Amino acid sequence: MSAALAPLVATGRATRELLAAVGAIARFAGATLGHLLRPPFYPRELGLQLIAIGYLSLPVVGLTALFTGGALALQIYAGGARFNAESVVPSIVAIGMVRELGPVMAGLMVAARVASSIAAEIGTMKVTEQIDALVTLSTDPMKYLTVPRVLAATLAVPVLVGVGDAIGIMGGYLVGITRLGFNEATYIRNTVDFLEFWDVASGLVKGAAFGFIVALMGCYHGMNSGRGAQGVGRATKRAVVASAVMILAANYLLTEVFFTS
Amino acid sequence: MIRLEGVHKAFGANRVLQGIDLAVERGESLVVIGGSGTGKSVLIKCILGLVTPDAGRITVDGLDVRRAEREAFLARFGMLFQGGALFDSLTVWQNVAFRLMRGRERRPRAEARAIAIEKLRRVGLAPEVADLYPAELSGGMQKRVGLARAIADDPAIIFFDEPTAGLDPIMSGVINALIREIVDEMGATAITITHDMRSVREIAHTVAMLHGGLIRWRGPVAQIETSGDPYLDQFIHGRAEGPIEAVR
Repeated sequence: MSAALAPLVATGRATRELLAAVGAIARFAGATLGHLLRPPFYPRELGLQLIAIGYLSLPVVGLTALFTGGALALQIYAGGARFNAESVVPSIVAIGMVRELGPVMAGLMVAARVASSIAAEIGTMKVTEQIDALVTLSTDPMKYLTVPRVLAATLAVPVLVGVGDAIGIMGGYLVGITRLGFNEATYIRNTVDFLEFWDVASGLVKGAAFGFIVALMGCYHGMNSGRGAQGVGRATKRAVVASAVMILAANYLLTEVFFTS
Repeated sequence: MIRLEGVHKAFGANRVLQGIDLAVERGESLVVIGGSGTGKSVLIKCILGLVTPDAGRITVDGLDVRRAEREAFLARFGMLFQGGALFDSLTVWQNVAFRLMRGRERRPRAEARAIAIEKLRRVGLAPEVADLYPAELSGGMQKRVGLARAIADDPAIIFFDEPTAGLDPIMSGVINALIREIVDEMGATAITITHDMRSVREIAHTVAMLHGGLIRWRGPVAQIETSGDPYLDQFIHGRAEGPIEAVR
């Protein structure tokens, strides 16, 4: 093969590998959805995952939302001052949080915390033959490990988004009344008056989609982990990176669908 | 009876199994020996359906493993994994009773716990161990828990993958004796994979040596010293010189 063709060959190989990975993830997602509907179900595992993914993520999501809401208020105030529109701070903070920043920040924080944890746990189970042990004990790893995690994340992340939205708006409110001189009652009225049901609901739907992505990526990369500590480390890194990129891509697509049609 | 006919398995260019023919009678304790990377673990994973052979046929009591209903098929097997493969997030008794608390033959929690504690006692562990987590146990205790899990549902067929790997000689002797007792007591069919010649002599009724992707030698354990097979002789005496290439 001539050296001139080497870049083409490399590009072709990378494209083929990318398409193969997309296909494998799509098959994994399909299998997960199929198992969601067929027994046996593992409610205890689902409960444990709801706590691990939802409840234990509350502090990190809450803190992120609080600071994001505060920073957003400062930015909008500074930007709005250029054309005498400082009064839009409450409404823009509220809309920005519930439509975009709440779901995206919650999704990314859960990706960092949960996708890595799921991939590392399942990857370690794979390299220590615990997945094989599950099979020999007549238990399907997809049903026992993947389905409870994916379902729990899909249910829990919208709740985290809702809580994050409220805390983020509160962050903007605190900055608004303490640093920017807003009247408390006016700030709250402007926040409530400008928010519509679909603003909030669209963010919650995004949260469900992001939760599904995070858990799916964690499980997929864990189940396909390489051998040894390096293999598990690589699976963990891939799960976090893939989750983050897919969350941002899905966010764009969902925004197109929800707000431009 | 377990029967393998012309079983092939390759991982990329690495042709691990190249036409395995092997039969294991009911109640027989077969030990499979062979160098590292010769496909011993792949062999039992093929029987269990954890690895799909590229060619060949595997039957258990005449039933093709690929056509068998998975849950009923796997319910006949118990397996002790090399590293124990205990579930970190579950306590010892929950590990042992894992199968008992799930599936069609599910038992009540209290009954499953009682059976688990009885199986732990059978492998020489006190009831107090039942509520510990695997990470709180020594390597030898983890092997015993793995053994208790393998026999929890009184399986007809038990596989042991390197049962004494990583254990001191005394603990190895204890595990070998336990395996022999349990297999005899239950009348189970057993396939054990090991490099440990002491295990071979203590556990086996028959021995099969895997080399070059094929069963190189097969016979009663009493004949391994007098087989006249240069590969088997080199392996059982641990000689660096001989037909098996030793990487130095």
